Amino acid sequence: MKKTVFLGALTVAGLAAGASAAATLDDVKARGKLNCGVTTGLVGFAAPDANGVWEGFDVALCRAVAAAVLGDANAVEFVPTTGKTRFTALASGEIDLLARNTTWTFSRDTDLKFDFVGINYYDGQGFLVPKALGVSSAKELDGATVCIQTGTTTELNLADFFRANNISYEPVPIETNAEGQQQYLAGACDSYTTDASGLASTRAAFENPGDHVILPEIISKEPLGPLVRHGDNDWGDIVRWTLNALITAEELGVTSANVNELASAPGSNPEINRLLGTEGNLGEMISLDSDWAKRAIASVGNYGEVFEKNIGEKTPIGLSRGLNAQWTDGGLLYSPPFR
Amino acid sequence: MSRDNLAFVRSHMLPEAPPPVAETGAVKWLRENLFSSVGNTLLTLVSAYVVVRILFGVAPWFFNGIWDSPSLSACREMLDGRTGACFAVLTERWNQLLFGFKYPPDLYWRPTLAFVLLFVAAAPVLFMKYLPRQMLIFTGLYPFIAFWLIWGGSIMVPIFALLGVLLGAFVYWRTLTISAGVAVLAGIVAALVFWWASRLVTAPLGDVLALQPVVSRDLGGFMVNMLLGVVCVSLSLPFGIMLALGRQSRMPIIKWICVVFIEFIRGVPLITLLFVANVVLAYFLPPGTTFDLILRVIIMITMFSSAYIAEVIRGGLAALPRGQYEAADSLGLDYAQSMQLIILPQALKISIPGIVNVAVGLFKDTTLVSIISMFDIVGMIRGPILASTEWNGVYWELFGFACLLFFIVCYGISQYSQWLERELRTDHR
Repeated sequence: MKKTVFLGALTVAGLAAGASAAATLDDVKARGKLNCGVTTGLVGFAAPDANGVWEGFDVALCRAVAAAVLGDANAVEFVPTTGKTRFTALASGEIDLLARNTTWTFSRDTDLKFDFVGINYYDGQGFLVPKALGVSSAKELDGATVCIQTGTTTELNLADFFRANNISYEPVPIETNAEGQQQYLAGACDSYTTDASGLASTRAAFENPGDHVILPEIISKEPLGPLVRHGDNDWGDIVRWTLNALITAEELGVTSANVNELASAPGSNPEINRLLGTEGNLGEMISLDSDWAKRAIASVGNYGEVFEKNIGEKTPIGLSRGLNAQWTDGGLLYSPPFR
Repeated sequence: MSRDNLAFVRSHMLPEAPPPVAETGAVKWLRENLFSSVGNTLLTLVSAYVVVRILFGVAPWFFNGIWDSPSLSACREMLDGRTGACFAVLTERWNQLLFGFKYPPDLYWRPTLAFVLLFVAAAPVLFMKYLPRQMLIFTGLYPFIAFWLIWGGSIMVPIFALLGVLLGAFVYWRTLTISAGVAVLAGIVAALVFWWASRLVTAPLGDVLALQPVVSRDLGGFMVNMLLGVVCVSLSLPFGIMLALGRQSRMPIIKWICVVFIEFIRGVPLITLLFVANVVLAYFLPPGTTFDLILRVIIMITMFSSAYIAEVIRGGLAALPRGQYEAADSLGLDYAQSMQLIILPQALKISIPGIVNVAVGLFKDTTLVSIISMFDIVGMIRGPILASTEWNGVYWELFGFACLLFFIVCYGISQYSQWLERELRTDHR
């Protein structure tokens, strides 16, 4: 009996949440602020600086959406979430959008009732080794000791990779990234494995980053992207196309420096015109005004600018574009057309 | 036998000679305590070696420490290969460590003032014998002042909260002649009704003496630990006493409510309660209602620690000889009087070490809130500071600093409790 009551209460709560979710755009506009879920801190992706201003790769997407919807890139209430609280925060309506380097998986998309609206970073599991080891490929790691976080998908990926290549390894189980960093530096393992972006930021914190290399093999797929609740497709469209606008802007050469000039009058490229609202009525179709994409690009820059500023090769993290280059440059970024 | 037969006769007193070198001062102490046997000598040498090694390891790290630098990599450049700490992270992120990263910087004086006033408010309770009783009035006002200082907003809110408490106390006092239980209920109901009604008044008076409001989400750093620690400890003491007495009650309903509450809370880890506070409640509350996260956490931690304190006090109650209860009855005291005058003063005295143990443990447990994405000092370190590109990779300095802060507070609590035990000792041991 009790269980029924409990489930009943859950259903009512769920229905109520669903009802409120149906008009996220109106809620955001009425509130004047976008509630955006981010991590409690991940180098390069989201962290407050010394003045408490949030910065990072994921943060930029929140700001872009806020600029598109509300016209102010600072009208964002950043809600820090941990790996354990992020999904409930989104499901309960505490946040409108979760941009927290979350891997797009089948069960999260379907069973947890979320919509991943795109991929803003293609990550994958890699290996970090000391240069002194003289290894240039992960396939040469036969018999190596590998530091690995227990209870993660990376552990399973590692086993798969070594079995598929018919080589042996000895796992050194660790609990957290910080512990892995210490163990690896202390020489407890020949190699440290986790997501490549994590390896890069870990290496950036080393005293002598140049003595360590990240091997070229990426042994798993970790597509990271922003997500919204099921059930409000209009809101999902806005977030999806804001991300696409940033990607398209890079492809078309629209930057934060020239966007105002390009948007002042229709130019020769019709797609730029449609993107920036000087032609057609794309903004109207997603219940925004015609300048929405212009504001998003002007506030944070296009995808390439966001990447370079937060995690690119000139930052201490020093990630290369790799898979995250435009499709025209051999990467996977491929935005559907603005038409 | 004449004098001449004797070889030597001392004719005057010798002056007092100092004791042999080996039997005095530092040498004696060394001999007795460090080198009294072969085994002890060996142990001394080994320990001395370990201590010296640690000192030689830590001293250069500490004294080479860089206190002024914009980032870890700049620190390393300045050290130029020498071992040395990078304390610059503490100086640069000092305010973030203490107040969190979102508390408005020009308002830092408010929590600081609240912190200083805390000592003024706590002193008359802690040193009751030595300070005038009138100071207790300030102690009673302090929670409302501190609330106003930390959260800001109109002064009307804390004033009406205070009035509600006073009204409740008045109703309690007037109905006490009927029965203690009725009085408690009536007092609570009166206060709640008053608070509910006062919303209508405080809303239009929102600007009266208003400090710039700060929302709970913006609190952070060690301030959150202190806030949770102080509030939860001081709330859980009265609740703990009530639960302990309730558990011993002869009335079955009260007894069973207390037993179930205590056993349930003690059977559940604190971290799950915090998750309930943070995550599960959000599902059950209607969407749009914001039930303050810090308030939720305070309720959960208070429930948790009052269950533990109740058990500690129950131990104190059980340690009293049955004669004390009978003596109270034979004097013709009713239940409230006998508890207040005879049983509790003795039981609480016995329970002091246990209560302090719970309080210290609770204070350290406040760092668990970092797991539900609140930025207490550990949350600040693990989240924003270690995730900044400047300070990624600084561990010892930051966590050492957090340890130091916690040690100061916990050691202070422990020293006070030992002093209190000596103060309250009435047997002549």
